Amino acid sequence: MDKPSVIDKEDLNKLIAKLNQQGYKTIGPTIRGEAIVYDRISSIEDLPEGWTDEQGPGHYRIKKRNDKALFGFNVSPHSWKQFLHPPEKKLWTAEKNGSSFKIIPEELENPKFAFIGVRSCELHAIAIQDKVFIQGPHIDSVYQINRKDLFTVAVNCGQAGGTCFCVSMQTGPKVNSEFDLALTEVLEKDKHYFVVETGSDRAQSIIENLDLRTAENQELKIAEEIIDNTAQNMGRFLDTEGIKETLFENLEHPRWEEVANRCLSCANCTMACPTCFCSTVEDVTDITGDHAERWQKWDSCFTMDFTYIHGGHVRNSTKSQYRQWMTHKLASWIDQFDSSGCVGCGRCITWCPVGIDLTEEVAAIRKSDKTKIDNI
Amino acid sequence: MDNNAQDPMVPQLYEVTRTIRETHDSFSLHLKSKGDSDIPEFGPGQFNMLYAFGVGEVPISISGRAEKSGNLIHTIRNVGSVTSALNDLKKGHTLGLRGPFGTSWPIEACKKQDVVIIAGGIGLAPLRPAIYALLKQRDQFGEIAILYGVRQPKDLLFTKEFETWRGKYGIQVKVTVDSADREWKGNVGVVTTLIPRVSFDPTHTVAMICGPEIMMKFSILALKQSGMSEKNIFITMERNMKCAVGFCGHCQFGPAFICKDGPVFAYNKIKPFFETRDL
Amino acid sequence: MKSLESIIENHPFFKDLEPRFLELVTGCASNVRFEAGSFIFRQNEEANQFYLIRQGKVALEVCPPNRDPVIVQTVSDGEILGWAWMVPPYNCHFDAQALELTRAIQLDGQCLRKKCEEDHSLGYQVLSRLLPIIGKNMEATQLQLTDIYGNRS
Repeated sequence: MDKPSVIDKEDLNKLIAKLNQQGYKTIGPTIRGEAIVYDRISSIEDLPEGWTDEQGPGHYRIKKRNDKALFGFNVSPHSWKQFLHPPEKKLWTAEKNGSSFKIIPEELENPKFAFIGVRSCELHAIAIQDKVFIQGPHIDSVYQINRKDLFTVAVNCGQAGGTCFCVSMQTGPKVNSEFDLALTEVLEKDKHYFVVETGSDRAQSIIENLDLRTAENQELKIAEEIIDNTAQNMGRFLDTEGIKETLFENLEHPRWEEVANRCLSCANCTMACPTCFCSTVEDVTDITGDHAERWQKWDSCFTMDFTYIHGGHVRNSTKSQYRQWMTHKLASWIDQFDSSGCVGCGRCITWCPVGIDLTEEVAAIRKSDKTKIDNI
Repeated sequence: MDNNAQDPMVPQLYEVTRTIRETHDSFSLHLKSKGDSDIPEFGPGQFNMLYAFGVGEVPISISGRAEKSGNLIHTIRNVGSVTSALNDLKKGHTLGLRGPFGTSWPIEACKKQDVVIIAGGIGLAPLRPAIYALLKQRDQFGEIAILYGVRQPKDLLFTKEFETWRGKYGIQVKVTVDSADREWKGNVGVVTTLIPRVSFDPTHTVAMICGPEIMMKFSILALKQSGMSEKNIFITMERNMKCAVGFCGHCQFGPAFICKDGPVFAYNKIKPFFETRDL
Repeated sequence: MKSLESIIENHPFFKDLEPRFLELVTGCASNVRFEAGSFIFRQNEEANQFYLIRQGKVALEVCPPNRDPVIVQTVSDGEILGWAWMVPPYNCHFDAQALELTRAIQLDGQCLRKKCEEDHSLGYQVLSRLLPIIGKNMEATQLQLTDIYGNRS
């Protein structure tokens, strides 16, 4: 691709308009209540200009910045997964006809999403869910159609959040996977601009229409420094060296019991996680009993019914549920999908009502790794 | 291919062509496709998701193919709301079916070997297609022993077939029950007690086990004690399952998805997880 | 007809027993047969017999007063019947009934106990063959108790 260009706020607005013209549904960060969430946006007016977020274990607040940054915050409570892998979807309808019935599959519509302001960790999360839903032997048709024309305007993070650890997971802060456009927001003195890299032909043709100027070397250098600075200031650290083996060898570690005493099994971490993909199905009928539907809904390994088989629940303790969640995310995911299931976005830490921090839990297990403790 | 066939989450319609009461709580359904598609090929040990209208879906192993029609047979134990709704189906009724899914019993690996099959309770149903696959080319295998344990004599499945297996194919079929009244003239005791009573060469044997996990655990111990190597032992696992294609996450067992990496596993592949509680 | 000694020698329980011990054991042995339906011993009787089953099938039953008898275990060819003869106060714990014509070697419990007492090497041989069977029985009982095939719902 060509050398990065420079885009200002006004042209960014034109970019959003252009995407809308081309039939894209533009989704981006915007303020709702007391949080920065991802929702429908139609111009930069909808972006949380001058706002940031403060994140820590069990802690999230939005605060005013002393500048007019458009992307001066970290990740929103809910990830982009809500759009690609919706929390609820009807799979099909069945209509009774005597002793027989027929099944009518749902008509699927391509929503043609354009995501504005996707962070590097989130691009990785989307790539991970791609492996689950569209790169295996079976295809999830809803995910496939939602994902089909997805246009991503990524943002290199200009600051690290209190619960961020993308550097540990090698998923950021600099965008290093597939994207259409990648922005780095620069605010210096009276200047406010974005360095924009192009990652696809369709993005290139949009950019060409905007008639942008090529970025100067000094501007590129400043943008690089911003990203480097973010990388230096990660809120959290996770040691991933041999993590799969460490966790598998410590399935009976006393720490699981300890964390279970704090965990409320509320499932917040699984809902907020951008890669957690588990779902359940619900069958419903109307009052006549002639019309039935099957719905798929997000589910969590922290619920009791998740492992029900006739007569009982396999994972019937918080200990076994938390162990499943964490070992899946950080260990068995590697066997299943050839990558970690964690992108270091920190949502599970921020949105845990009791502030359980998986980086801390891993460190605690490592500290008294039963396979190594004999040497002490 | 129409849209229906492409989406793994949308069931195909099948008609019940025959219902058989197998025991006081188990029954078999013979199923024929209502669409244009042929009855799918399946491997012994594979399963289908059966949908009862408006009630829900359950994973059920294929227990055979009807001799003349080739219709699919599923043998089901009535234990919950969906299996109860399936139990209510009559000849001519319709159900939904997705599949077949999952791995199969290692019939090829049994060639030139002795074969020990251990079944507990309804576990004989998923093993029956494997038994028929062995019978079909009987001369390819050495000794074949089927060891079958149930709770009480009234729980025994497929008893009419045992004589054919014994007589026509020279298979050692041993049955035991956990407890019985005086009507019962057979063995009483757990299924592992049958292992020393059949002849096989433990150094050249493939074992296939299907039953409750505790029964499989004890059977593995007993087989190892008899001199078998872990790598020749195959088991099936059961977990909650919603999608059967690796999307829903429910059936995870350590790194494995029971629906696509199982239900049949080589024991040594899942051993560390099989021995961890509440996994 | 096979000699008692060679029958005992070929029974799995006494497999590879040294000849000097075999002679001692044979001294306590006699050949027996039970018709189908006959009782071999009854609960609470003095336990003075130890059987090496040659052929046949024997049911161990418990009979609660207000219920039909329940068979809890069967033993057959190559297995043994009874170990209460080794454990004071030497009482049978079950009813043992032949389910079919059963041939066995009967070892007199008192006789064998006495010989084991006199020669601890023989005692060790007998006990180390008996113990795994008792262990297996216990394991089996635990499995039966957990009612693994049962419908828990």
